Amino acid sequence: MTAAPDKLRVEGLSKRFPGADGGAVDALAGVDLRVAPGEFVSIVGPSGCGKSTLFNIVAGLTPPTGGRVLLDGEQPSALLGRVGYMPQKDLLMPWRSVLDNVTLGLEMSGVGRREARARARAELGRFGLEGFERRWPDDLSGGMRQRAALLRTFLAGRELMLLDEPFGALDALTRQALQEWLLDVWQGDRKTILFVTHDVEEAVYLSDRVYVMSGRPGTVELCVEIDLPRPRTFELLGSPAFVAHVQRLLTPLHAAARAQLEQVVS
Amino acid sequence: MTVRARGVAGRVLPPLLFALAVLAIWQLAVRATGTEESTLPAPTQVLSAGWEMRDLLVDNGWVTIKEIAIGYAAAIVLGVGLAVLLASSLLAERAMYPWLVVSQMVPIPAIAPILVIWTGFDIRPKVIVIALVSFFPIAVNTLDGIKSTEPELLSLLRTLGAGRWRRFRVAQLPSALPSLFTGLKIAAALAVIGAVFAEWVGSDAGLGYLILTLNNQVATSEMFATIAVLALIGIALFGLVRLAERLLLPWHHAHRAERA
Repeated sequence: MTAAPDKLRVEGLSKRFPGADGGAVDALAGVDLRVAPGEFVSIVGPSGCGKSTLFNIVAGLTPPTGGRVLLDGEQPSALLGRVGYMPQKDLLMPWRSVLDNVTLGLEMSGVGRREARARARAELGRFGLEGFERRWPDDLSGGMRQRAALLRTFLAGRELMLLDEPFGALDALTRQALQEWLLDVWQGDRKTILFVTHDVEEAVYLSDRVYVMSGRPGTVELCVEIDLPRPRTFELLGSPAFVAHVQRLLTPLHAAARAQLEQVVS
Repeated sequence: MTVRARGVAGRVLPPLLFALAVLAIWQLAVRATGTEESTLPAPTQVLSAGWEMRDLLVDNGWVTIKEIAIGYAAAIVLGVGLAVLLASSLLAERAMYPWLVVSQMVPIPAIAPILVIWTGFDIRPKVIVIALVSFFPIAVNTLDGIKSTEPELLSLLRTLGAGRWRRFRVAQLPSALPSLFTGLKIAAALAVIGAVFAEWVGSDAGLGYLILTLNNQVATSEMFATIAVLALIGIALFGLVRLAERLLLPWHHAHRAERA
């Protein structure tokens, strides 16, 4: 296989915010990571490790202080509009029907209403929203809302998608079901996904590669290739190989959490 | 009876019965104490006085309704326009918002005589006074609504390539609609007050003018009847706003009905 350029390459990325008392806060300090085309890559880290800042930079919402972001091996003139972005909140607009919410990306890129709706309808089944397209978002369950938000992101048609803790607010059972479902969907059309979570098991279960970030300033602490076979199912969760990966990733996170706790206690 | 019909009856009947009870007590109290009609007429006296002067009420009511309709429409344009302007530019907001608040400290009815000097006795000073007393709640509520748009939603729209105008149309404007309607409902009550004041200062027609004339004649029953018609106009305006709200904000209404 010839080496295709990485879908996303982040090199030496740093971000400094002006602090409250005239000082400066380093949110990111020299972050490197790469995502190959069609890969599912996760970032895990404690809250406040700069994951969201990283996402905002890659999505083009915030300029970095240093370093660069490459898409398909090139530095684009503008990142805005190039990358699919799904923030933590589902951000479904309560005044739009489910159908009109999921077609938002198509609408913004100038696709006609009829065509946008047709494309959305074709995907409703796969996203478990069949029969709910005319409902208001407020009528949907938490899991359905997340699937609708994901469909909105998918339909926007970007090859690289950033998903920021999409299942963070769901109960454990719904979350498990949605993880399995997300893998099915991803297996279907192999979009490139960069996924943020603080749940190590979720990261191992979903990903080809997991980056562990440490907090303040955010840096990449560890990078682990997850060589577990696909397709992956629920049974994988108990396997020794799975548990070993989880353990390995948890070690630096656990140490960091302990250190932070001791700092607070002492 | 269907559940829905029972729900409507449950909401309409109690206030209606309450009003009837109050009117009945009023009627009995006037009769029992033998109060003069010129001091406090009984509801039945008000009703018959109103019926006898129905042509006067219709003619003058029409004048007042026209003033309110134009003045209220002007208040909506002014209020929403100001809110959009202040929301679109931080500089405009900083420069103008304090003065917007200060403008409400000016007793608007007090400037009505000046308006009469400028524009004469026609409909213009009334429209201006009505617009000035009722634009403020519309402007402030709309501005709050626009600014309450989730910032993450605006970020999401930026990543989808939406420019400023699209972000406004797709996210900020719909976000502002519920508070815009709150402002419209407050403004509806103020518009009627504004109309009466403006007519008191200088006019030769309208329900406010009619009250002044009747007051000179100590025609108390007729005054009460006129006030009742004014109240009905206010209620009708409020009802129209509620109706528009239900039609334009079906998601909002569905949500509230579920919680209720």
